[in-house]
Amino acid sequence: MFAIDPSRTDLALEFKRRPFGPHSPELQAVLNVLRSSRHCQNLLLVCTRPHAEWMLAEKQPGGLPPRLLTDRVFTSLEDAEWHAFRIRWEAVTGQPLSALDRA
Amino acid sequence: MPRVLGYAEPLTVAPGEEIRFMVGTLDGPRRYRAEIVRLVAGDTAPGAMKTVRLPTSIDGEHVGVPQAIDVGSYAIVDHPEAFGELARFTVQAFVQPTRVPVRPVPSRQVIMGTWAEDRGAGFALMLDEAGALALLVGGALVSTGVALTARRWYHVAASVDLVTGTVAVRQTPLTDHTPSLEQPVAVTATVQASPPPAGALYLGAARHGIEDGRVHTTWHFNGKIDRPTLARVALSPPAMLAAATARSTAIPAEDAIGLWDLAADIPTDRVTDRSPNHLHGRTVNAPKRAVTGHNWDGSEMDWRRAPQQYGAIHFHDDDLYDAGWRPSLTTTIPPDARSGVYALRLEADGGPEFWAVFYVRPPRRGPRPPVAFLASTATYLCYSNYRARMRPGPAELFIGALPLVDTTDLLLMHHPELGGSTYDTHTDGSGVCHVSRRRPLVNVRPTGWLWNLFLDLCLLDWLEAHGQAYDVVTDDDLHAEGLPLLEGYATVLTGCHPEYASREMLDALAAYLGRGGRLMYMGGNGFYWRVSYPAAHPGMIEMRRAEDGTRAWVEATGEYYHSSTGEYGGLWRRQGRAPNALVGVGFVAQGFDRSSYYRRTDASRDPRARFIFEGIDDDVLGDFGAARGGAAGLELDAFNASLGSPPWALIVASSEDHSNAFQLVNEEMNVSFAGSDGRFSSAVRADMVFYEHPGGGAVFSTGSIAYVGSLGHAGYANNISRLTLNVLRRFLDPAPFATP
Repeated sequence: MFAIDPSRTDLALEFKRRPFGPHSPELQAVLNVLRSSRHCQNLLLVCTRPHAEWMLAEKQPGGLPPRLLTDRVFTSLEDAEWHAFRIRWEAVTGQPLSALDRA
Repeated sequence: MPRVLGYAEPLTVAPGEEIRFMVGTLDGPRRYRAEIVRLVAGDTAPGAMKTVRLPTSIDGEHVGVPQAIDVGSYAIVDHPEAFGELARFTVQAFVQPTRVPVRPVPSRQVIMGTWAEDRGAGFALMLDEAGALALLVGGALVSTGVALTARRWYHVAASVDLVTGTVAVRQTPLTDHTPSLEQPVAVTATVQASPPPAGALYLGAARHGIEDGRVHTTWHFNGKIDRPTLARVALSPPAMLAAATARSTAIPAEDAIGLWDLAADIPTDRVTDRSPNHLHGRTVNAPKRAVTGHNWDGSEMDWRRAPQQYGAIHFHDDDLYDAGWRPSLTTTIPPDARSGVYALRLEADGGPEFWAVFYVRPPRRGPRPPVAFLASTATYLCYSNYRARMRPGPAELFIGALPLVDTTDLLLMHHPELGGSTYDTHTDGSGVCHVSRRRPLVNVRPTGWLWNLFLDLCLLDWLEAHGQAYDVVTDDDLHAEGLPLLEGYATVLTGCHPEYASREMLDALAAYLGRGGRLMYMGGNGFYWRVSYPAAHPGMIEMRRAEDGTRAWVEATGEYYHSSTGEYGGLWRRQGRAPNALVGVGFVAQGFDRSSYYRRTDASRDPRARFIFEGIDDDVLGDFGAARGGAAGLELDAFNASLGSPPWALIVASSEDHSNAFQLVNEEMNVSFAGSDGRFSSAVRADMVFYEHPGGGAVFSTGSIAYVGSLGHAGYANNISRLTLNVLRRFLDPAPFATP
């Protein structure tokens, strides 16, 4: 199976700069892993103030309501996508992406 | 989340006619504000929403109370006296449970009986909390102690003799082509119980009690029940074994209380008793009928050709047809109200607004403007109360981005009694094939997910901005009234996503074109699935995701034919009526992360297409828009002559440069292959098509759901707006189109 090379932070940077496609085939491969990983599939974005604020939420099995992750409020879809990418990357590769925070 | 909900009845109303609104509050009584508005533009950006208030008698503040919904389907035989004081009886059926056991909250599941929770009395043959067959009578419960297996057929029986105090229960797995080690289980026990009092008989539920003057139910069965019978004798254990061995629940007429034939009257809500007692019943909340029974052998796929193999009903604990709320507000639409998309806007305690959408159709007599917008009410309904995105699953992989909802959508997850959409599955995993507007519809509104009605408002806003008078007509009325609804309009514009269509709707549109009508298909993935409107269930749509297509779930084998009409369900493409033959294009791809643009083709220089591009010098069209940034996106249609696209049609523009998220749909590939996404495959595109119809009219198709989201860009001064206006003006010119 394809495994993410944690040294390829250039792909993370590509995503940060353009979270909505088209993506390079290499970034798409990374996204396929992050979005289909058993531990990463449960995220949802909830708009809490129209056009202004969004929160991530965790989908729940058994028909239960998603659990809002209220610790962080996003002011753009792009910021929310990047945050989701970051936490998944770190969960899957074990490597943080904090070096890209200011990129 | 909103604190007040509601829905309208009827869906469409003419000026001068009455409309009722059923309103309920959440978490206790509360004051709420209500007003009727005409929807002109949705909430695509801060300050973009445009509504026009329609003064009516219901404007202002009201006091609302919660209104309960008794979700879950069942059948009731409301002849209480027939089921009272039975000292000896035998209940039998074939069952195929589909949720065993019920989790996370364990529940009993009644197959058949008179049990009333509020009275603590009656009897019920059921699955207990562990999923084992059990008989409950009075205060006594006798269980086999062995859980049934989900999706396996069983002969189940219980014999009760309260004179001797003997209850015998037997579950017998039926053999089929699936290997199994499961064995029959029979239990006999001694009980002390009095004959149960009179009470209505339920199939698939127990009575819970009376709330708001209506019966509420509980312990709903998930799965199929076939050939239920009730005898006034207590069969001996050997006789029960013989019945199971013979795969029969039949009993002699002289011993029968009821012999219910669920294969009879399938298109209706009637439940027919073949016994001499004529204890007929009715279904509630539209359980699925025309489903394969215990004896279905695959030799026939059409229930009308082998009704004896379709003697089952599939019940679900989350079926909902009619919330049955009491009318809270009633008013008469002013005689001078203009046709349009309207909503009752509800607001309570500063929470988000709730929108109960309805449609004011044109006056039933009198002059008409030249343009009609055909609101895709069938599609709006099929998507109503869509909750799949909020459940674990691969949505992000086909969206290409995080699934996005708002706090109003979350209401659906906190209130499962509101029922699902045809994109959802029941709690037992089977697909939702019935969807009804007789309940609050949480996502048919001008806010939230920019999709369907919300996105269609971009088109209405654009018509208004250009001072173009229009009427609003609906799928529902087109289905019911046919061609006369469209006669008199020079041009009909569809919405961005008229995905669901009945035969009657397609016939009317084809006839409209045949008489010289002009049709602007303003979207993508249109005229895709077949739907029917069950006569026995006004306000409901039936659809079956049969055989092929981009499907949220897959229809059960052998259950492709609609119960309401006998029509073969599934894609119109598989039934000789591909959308290509009507509008020149058909569904090929979808993706939801970023929309793209069209590029003009050489064919756009053809003199036949000159009117389309007057005043447009650009080659690139629609590289902007409210729907993910472009005019070509979300769902895409392409020209395909082999599916009926007219060979003389002009493809005047095609989209390109789609993202990786755009994938060729599965009905476009016989064998799965790599390289079928928007980065690699030129088949992933929207074709903008124009063709002259032999009837003297013409068709213009955008082939993209996102298209209408670009109309308002830069104050309507953009090439998509200009192109669309060019087409509309020519289509309103009575000069006939000549085919080449």
